[in-house]
Amino acid sequence: MTANTPAEAAPGKPSGAGSLNPSSGRSPQSGAPAVDGAKLVRERRLNNAKKNWAMFRSDIPAMVGAVLLIFFILIAVLAPLIAPESRLDVTKQLDVPRYAPPSLAHPLGTDDLGREMWVRILWGSRVSILVGVAATVMSMVIGTIMGLAAGHFTGLFGAVVMRIIDFFLVLPSLLLAIVLSSVLERGVFTIVVAIGLTSWASTARIVRSQTLSVESRLYIERARILGAGHSHILFKHLLPSVMPLVLANTTLTVGGAIIAESTLSFLGLGDTSKESWGTILKNSMDVSAATSGYWWYVLTPGIAILLVVLSFTMVGRALEAIINPALRSR
Amino acid sequence: MSTPTHDHPQPTDPENPETASAPESGGPSSGGSAAGGPSSGASGGPASIGPADMDEPPKGGSFLGYLLRKLGGAAVSMILVVVLGFFAFRMLPGDPVLKIAKERPMSPAQIAELRSQYGLDKPVIVQFWDYLVGILTGDLGESYVYRKSVAALIGEYIGPTLLLTATAAVIAIALGLWLGQLSAWRRNSLFDKLASSTSLVFWSVPTFWLGLILLMIFGGTLQWLPTGGMVTPGLEPWSFAAVIDVIRHLILPVVSLVAVVYAQFLMVMRASLLEEMNEDYLTTARAKGLTEDEVRRRHAVPNALLPTVTVVFLHIGGLIAGAVTVEAVFSWPGLGKLTFEAIRGPDLPLLQGTFVVFSAIIIVMNLAADLVYRWLDPRIRRA
Repeated sequence: MTANTPAEAAPGKPSGAGSLNPSSGRSPQSGAPAVDGAKLVRERRLNNAKKNWAMFRSDIPAMVGAVLLIFFILIAVLAPLIAPESRLDVTKQLDVPRYAPPSLAHPLGTDDLGREMWVRILWGSRVSILVGVAATVMSMVIGTIMGLAAGHFTGLFGAVVMRIIDFFLVLPSLLLAIVLSSVLERGVFTIVVAIGLTSWASTARIVRSQTLSVESRLYIERARILGAGHSHILFKHLLPSVMPLVLANTTLTVGGAIIAESTLSFLGLGDTSKESWGTILKNSMDVSAATSGYWWYVLTPGIAILLVVLSFTMVGRALEAIINPALRSR
Repeated sequence: MSTPTHDHPQPTDPENPETASAPESGGPSSGGSAAGGPSSGASGGPASIGPADMDEPPKGGSFLGYLLRKLGGAAVSMILVVVLGFFAFRMLPGDPVLKIAKERPMSPAQIAELRSQYGLDKPVIVQFWDYLVGILTGDLGESYVYRKSVAALIGEYIGPTLLLTATAAVIAIALGLWLGQLSAWRRNSLFDKLASSTSLVFWSVPTFWLGLILLMIFGGTLQWLPTGGMVTPGLEPWSFAAVIDVIRHLILPVVSLVAVVYAQFLMVMRASLLEEMNEDYLTTARAKGLTEDEVRRRHAVPNALLPTVTVVFLHIGGLIAGAVTVEAVFSWPGLGKLTFEAIRGPDLPLLQGTFVVFSAIIIVMNLAADLVYRWLDPRIRRA
């Protein structure tokens, strides 16, 4: 597992990154070679970036995913410009036919209150993507902290942290998220907290195993011998070395968070005053759209979820393959 | 081992900002010079629970020691669940009685009475004690909505849930592991690509949506299968017709649960077998003259199964959580539907009860996984 030394893992990567120097912050730059080194590093990084970009570009599913993601983020951001919020106001849709199947006049059909499905999907993308990303960020932060702590500290503290990770790993996050969001005040923020607080365990585990493998490296030992404390080792050495892994994991986790959001909204735990793809599906269930033949009511929000989650997964896998060369052979 | 050299003091920024900004800018310029040797444990695609990395290197000790350690771990988890149940449902929402009072009009006298009925006028520590005693004696309080004891309700509804999840688990495990080992063995073949991409798609949809789609096609349009419930009322229980009827009701919920979960098993099994593919013992087996099928079945797969077992059992928790929405979609009279109703209430005692029971089931399943694992893996047994 520790076979990939930095040099083997990424030949082009700068092996002399200054940030890893424990004394870079303290000692003034002495001597001219430092300037040359900086230029060298910059060039290497540029080359590396180019190479990675080429690798990403050659991954067709990832490129399709990236384009789709950009599309969805654009429509989420521009929703108020494309379709004003008043088009969601039920009282202004009185002359629109209810349950109109998709047609030229109603591209994705209308719902039980005469609202255009495409407008709802458009507005729903805001909450769904926002919650997915925000919850993921929260879960990544918690997961990284817990994983670092479990991997770095030994003894009682490490064992306790490990036990907590195990607990959250075993219990499905959805169950805990249901509990949290049902007892807290309803709202988008609650959903973010409920998902973020409960879905960090798998990140923590990945971070922990990476921490353990880095911790056994010689440079950590060297730092320790030089008198580096916990915080120095944690933030100057371990954190930078787990970050790439965490970031690749982030893109993979957003998909899960979006699904979790839709599930919570579907169960009626979301903010009913805001559109989200889960809320639309909940409404479709409330009017038994599935058994009454209103297929567009069920199909469109689900396909939106599928596309976004799939895009995040594709991009995440490509990033993971770039960061973790061991996966490339697969 | 080439450790990053420290003899070029750089005036450039530390690594962190650069790495952090990489994915935001969409550029794949991941810095992270110390990113060497990421553990291969993060493999396995979206079901990214790598097979090998979570298990501590098995410590030595007798079976008894192992059993005690695992039992202790499960007990700690159970205690955490119970404590969490108390704090989540009694502390976080503020006053549950006020919450009920908000839903329907009540006089102050009624509120006070409800409060003493639920024991909310007592100090917190006494409430916690009562709650503990209640859980140990099987008394989980009374449901606000059903006006029945929560324990009795759960007893009534647990059977269908176990039937549903067990059926789905067996099918999903069998299907996932079988397809997973086939697609790993024929890596990069058309079959592998199809199996992997299908499972990726299934992995990317919410369970309940798949349920809705199935309901729409087979229950609504084609009308082949019933749209909800568990048995058609009026049938003689345990008669042949009733059993067939239950099976017909079971098909759609099971298919939706299986479709989402088998994908994860497939990914795990595939990743796990791929790890084994380059091992020397397979070359030996081939050199002995075994056919490819025999090498796969008798040598590679058994070894690849080992790390998969733990992951499979971990995902059973996800299966049970998926049951909540699937039961809601298909009105399957189980704990998931009960949870759904409790959320609608909101019926906090009932929700607390289902949470504790669901968690207990999952913890027991994981304990079982640990024990099975030890039995399966002689290295741990002997260690």
